[in-house]
Amino acid sequence: MALDEEALDRAFTALGDPVRRALVARLSRGEATVNELAEPFEITKQAISRHIQVLEQAGLITRSRDGQRRPCHLVPAALEALTGWIDTYRLATERSYRRLDAVLETLEEEK
Amino acid sequence: MSTTITAQPGTPFIEISREFAASPDKVLRAHTDPELVVRWLGPRGMEMELLEFDARSGGAYHYVHRDDRGEYRFRGVYHTVSADRIVQTFEFEGNPGEVCLESMPLIDLGGRTRIEGRSVFPSVEARDAAVKSGMNNGITQSYERLDAVLA
Repeated sequence: MALDEEALDRAFTALGDPVRRALVARLSRGEATVNELAEPFEITKQAISRHIQVLEQAGLITRSRDGQRRPCHLVPAALEALTGWIDTYRLATERSYRRLDAVLETLEEEK
Repeated sequence: MSTTITAQPGTPFIEISREFAASPDKVLRAHTDPELVVRWLGPRGMEMELLEFDARSGGAYHYVHRDDRGEYRFRGVYHTVSADRIVQTFEFEGNPGEVCLESMPLIDLGGRTRIEGRSVFPSVEARDAAVKSGMNNGITQSYERLDAVLA
């Protein structure tokens, strides 16, 4: 698999936290600043900033500059790499189960 | 009829769901009859040899997947094999000591069967390593696409 193992590890670790998953889910609907991201949470803005740093280091989000605003954006390619890799596994399982489907059909005939 | 796999980040679990167009007793036979198992279990293009295979409660299994690049050995014990459930341990010999507990209920849908498998690894790290190594061939894991990752 032509994927950077370390990057994958960082992405796994980053998504191993429910707050960070919620932040990624929010950003999947569009860019947002740290203040906007922090709003729905019961935790401090500092804590949110730390979570954002982890996501940045994992390469899952980037921050741009727009005058005074510094909105966060998802990096679609990073998430695609993650889900693409995951889907490889699902398809391997599915292939095995399709062979099982074929075996089960022969059982029907054997009675 | 496709396979659904869920491996929530930060948990040691892998969940798998799949429906089959056959009754639970046939699905059970396909999992417990040595002649049938070798016809479907494992990665594509690999030969499967059963060194030991006693799919009964208290029994054990030991098998090898081979291709021209190498071989992968797996072993485990059957804790429960009953009409509606298989519970077994699972260990990849390339990663010894990381023993997984697998429970696979066979849900009767009236002529059809749904498998709702769940694997519990000794740690999150062990689970992630298993996902990445691909050792878990048929009964693997993953995040169920992005929305499950983000749920």
